[in-house]
Amino acid sequence: MSNVKAEAEKENAIIPPVDVVEDSKGIVLYADFPGVPKEKLDIHVEGETLTLEGEMGLVMPEGMEAIHVDIDLPRYRRVFTLSSELDSGKISAEFSHGVLKLFIPKAEHAQPRKISVQVS
Amino acid sequence: MGYRNLFPREIFAELERIQRDMDRNIGRSPSIRGPSKGYPAMNVGTTSGSVEIYAFVPGLEPSSLDVQIEKGMLSISGERNADAVPEGTTVHISERFSGKFRRLVSLPEDIDSGKASASYRDGLLHVSVPRREAVLPRRIEVH
Repeated sequence: MSNVKAEAEKENAIIPPVDVVEDSKGIVLYADFPGVPKEKLDIHVEGETLTLEGEMGLVMPEGMEAIHVDIDLPRYRRVFTLSSELDSGKISAEFSHGVLKLFIPKAEHAQPRKISVQVS
Repeated sequence: MGYRNLFPREIFAELERIQRDMDRNIGRSPSIRGPSKGYPAMNVGTTSGSVEIYAFVPGLEPSSLDVQIEKGMLSISGERNADAVPEGTTVHISERFSGKFRRLVSLPEDIDSGKASASYRDGLLHVSVPRREAVLPRRIEVH
């Protein structure tokens, strides 16, 4: 039962808005994680799946009563599928004022090259 | 007390997520001004001694935020500039807010605007406005 609950809680997360741009060197991803301290940001790659997660580090005053709520979950999550020409081992990240900037370089082998076709 | 208990409205978040997914997939925008929710997203709460306002405004310099209280309204405004897209770059996804923003919050009458304070951390603006002491609940002794 607790597993079911944990799984359900895992489902409930804010989807952070992102910008993704690409050039010949790789992909740059920007994502908004307002309220997330650096130590509670978690970026991981498993196979071709890139997961971005963040927990808010809010400390609310004792006994506060909510009167207007836009953000009602304390965490963010978003998952992307990478493609094989991206070098997931060389991802670099910067995080400042709640904005994540991720650089995913293209692998050497993904650089443009000529393929010779042999006819037997 | 955890965050969940303060804002236990996950069902609304879920519905909003579904709505957002639908909007994204269908590409429709029901309002002429775009998505109904303003930018930045805000949470407002009250305690017996203060009004607490949280605005989710990532990626700004604290000095560029304009926070004012006038006639019982708190206004939060600023501008977020989009990063320049260099030549030879393809934009695949563009969801993050850019441009000027302004949002207003109506405050209770008993606030002491002169004692308001604001801080900006991790892209979250927190404004705390104390309420005047005279209106705090007070126990009257019976002799």
